[in-house]
Amino acid sequence: MFENLSERLSGVFDRLTKQGALSDEDVKTALREVRVALLEADVSLPVARDFVKAVQDKATGQAVTKSVTPGQQVVKIVHDALIDTLKGEGEPGALKIDSPPAPILMVGLQGGGKTTTTAKLAKRLKERDGKRVLMASLDVNRPAAMEQLAILGVQIGVDTLPIVKGETPVQIAKRAKTQAGLGGYDVYMLDTAGRLSIDEELMQQVKAVRDVANPRETLLVVDGLTGQDAVHTAENFDERIGITGVVLTRMDGDGRGGAALSMRAVTGKPIKFVGLGEKMDALETFEPERIAGRILGMGDIVALVEKA
Amino acid sequence: RLMGRSTAQPVVRRALDDEMLEQLEELLISADMGVDTALRVTANMAEGRFGKKLSVAEIKQLLASEVSRIMEPVARPLPIYSKTPQVVLVVGVNGSGKTTTIGKLASQFRAAGKKVVIAAGDTFRAAAVEQLQVWGERAGVPVLTAAQGSDPASLAFDAMGRAQEEGADLLLIDTAGRLQNRGDLMEELAKIVRVIRKKDETAPHNTLLVLDATTGQNALNQVKVFQEISDVSGLVMTKLDGTAKGGVLVALADRFGLPIHAVGVGEQIDDLSPFDPDEFAAALVGTDG
Ligand SMILES: Nc1nc2c(ncn2[C@@H]2O[C@H](COP(=O)(O)OP(=O)(O)OP(=O)(O)O)[C@@H](O)[C@H]2O)c(=O)[nH]1
Ligand SMILES: Nc1nc2c(ncn2[C@@H]2O[C@H](COP(=O)(O)OP(=O)(O)OP(=O)(O)O)[C@@H](O)[C@H]2O)c(=O)[nH]1
Ligand SMILES: [Mg+2]
Ligand SMILES: [Mg+2]
Repeated sequence: MFENLSERLSGVFDRLTKQGALSDEDVKTALREVRVALLEADVSLPVARDFVKAVQDKATGQAVTKSVTPGQQVVKIVHDALIDTLKGEGEPGALKIDSPPAPILMVGLQGGGKTTTTAKLAKRLKERDGKRVLMASLDVNRPAAMEQLAILGVQIGVDTLPIVKGETPVQIAKRAKTQAGLGGYDVYMLDTAGRLSIDEELMQQVKAVRDVANPRETLLVVDGLTGQDAVHTAENFDERIGITGVVLTRMDGDGRGGAALSMRAVTGKPIKFVGLGEKMDALETFEPERIAGRILGMGDIVALVEKA
Repeated sequence: RLMGRSTAQPVVRRALDDEMLEQLEELLISADMGVDTALRVTANMAEGRFGKKLSVAEIKQLLASEVSRIMEPVARPLPIYSKTPQVVLVVGVNGSGKTTTIGKLASQFRAAGKKVVIAAGDTFRAAAVEQLQVWGERAGVPVLTAAQGSDPASLAFDAMGRAQEEGADLLLIDTAGRLQNRGDLMEELAKIVRVIRKKDETAPHNTLLVLDATTGQNALNQVKVFQEISDVSGLVMTKLDGTAKGGVLVALADRFGLPIHAVGVGEQIDDLSPFDPDEFAAALVGTDG
């Protein structure tokens, strides 16, 4: 459905100067197409704008080697810059879970995949890292949200905090903390209700939870199919609650994943994991190279240029 | 800046030139309209007005009416037929708001004096059935269920029988969320439709595709594939109470022309409104204050 960047650029390529250094005009022409490709991949407009500007500065005047066309050269520069932006510092997928019991707070918009990701992460911590994990649902809003987490807990063999109806999220968080300490758990995970980033009351509520639990990690769970709204979500959640990382879900879909770039650019926080399905083992650590090719809609040409 | 909040200052008129058009395009792109559609909408709006001096308010007003003009033909409520039970199948990707929307619809139809039955066709997701049962209670509507992991098509078949026996006016069938590129899950959906047609070849009478307003350009693919597989007859867009504007609906109206029946504006039972093109356009362009 979408033209990929190489198709887009093919027309432009021909018009680019054939040798020497990339001229200002060459780069400008090519980057106009890059901008459109980014926007079609759902990169948020301000992020796409800044990104293109940064690449413009980097590319202008660069020597074009004989083996590639100027267009390919631009693509390579764009691709490398994408990976640079997407890459966070440190080990991808690493979580601060020393000093047990370490709290992990899961936040995000409605339906993004928090509850599913909570259980997937718990399973991973248990099986890969040999951690004892306790999960607690603080979702007093969505019907059967607590039951959902409890069922997943049974499926993956991870304990969930017993459900007590009528408690507030803060009360549940306190109980989870106590229980995690008494029960000798290494990690306790707090799954929260979905909330709009402009919902003052619910944002206050999750702040109160944060202040009680003092989470080692606060993960923003974001739908990988998110469009332009990614900037608002990222900004508001990070400003109000302070996130330590991002999990992108539904990357098993055929979305182009531009939200990844928006999230990174706006928050500066690492994308730690991607969700690749509904099953409990469909969680992988984030790989910037894969997403970069996907955003540009063109894994292959980059590989080609790499070889050249 | 053009898009900033207007304050009580003397009205500045600006020429509707290329620079201005580009800013307007960006406004629309930021609302998820997509590059192509944004270009076309601004070009249409500028036709015959290029170079004219206009105030920001006038320009936004023109843009809003252009959007609203495109959306007018697709703003249609869910049609109610005399044939009973009218079968409404609800489909969409994961987490878009299908189950919640069914709860809201059930409540509205019941309030309108219809006899409604719900089938909990999501036999996959943990506690999907329990979630829908709560909505059934809230709406005062019975919910037919099957065990987790059982075949959703056979539940749909049984539910058709029950709805017929009970003389229901409407049968709302929930389905599990599925991404449109998952061939196996789309085939499962196709099977649900086939099995429903064994009971009544005119059913499902409506297939509602539920879209999440935060979704970007992937919504185009969602509509394309779900329509191929399950003959989508109308759209509902949820989560328009957030910061997302749902501009992709304009691209969808342009390309597919499917009716938009309703919009979700919250998590409560009454938070489902008819789709209003003027309101939608105003929010999209930012003339709603
Ligand atoms: N295909 C796919 N589906 C996913 C993924 N992660 C979650 N889901 C599905 O998305 C839907 C919503 O997931 P939940 O975990 O309930 O989302 P949530 O954020 O907890 O939702 P609320 O609590 O209502 O805000 C479910 O159908 C999940 O199975 C993923 O990576 N890929
Ligand atoms: N703010 C807001 N939230 C909504 C709206 N519609 C649904 N939601 C929320 O979105 C989340 C997902 O809704 P569901 O109805 O479970 O979505 P679903 O499509 O049935 O999800 P799956 O069955 O897991 O695919 C829940 O937290 C709902 O409360 C809406 O219009 N506005
Ligand atoms: Mg949840
Ligand atoms: Mg559902």
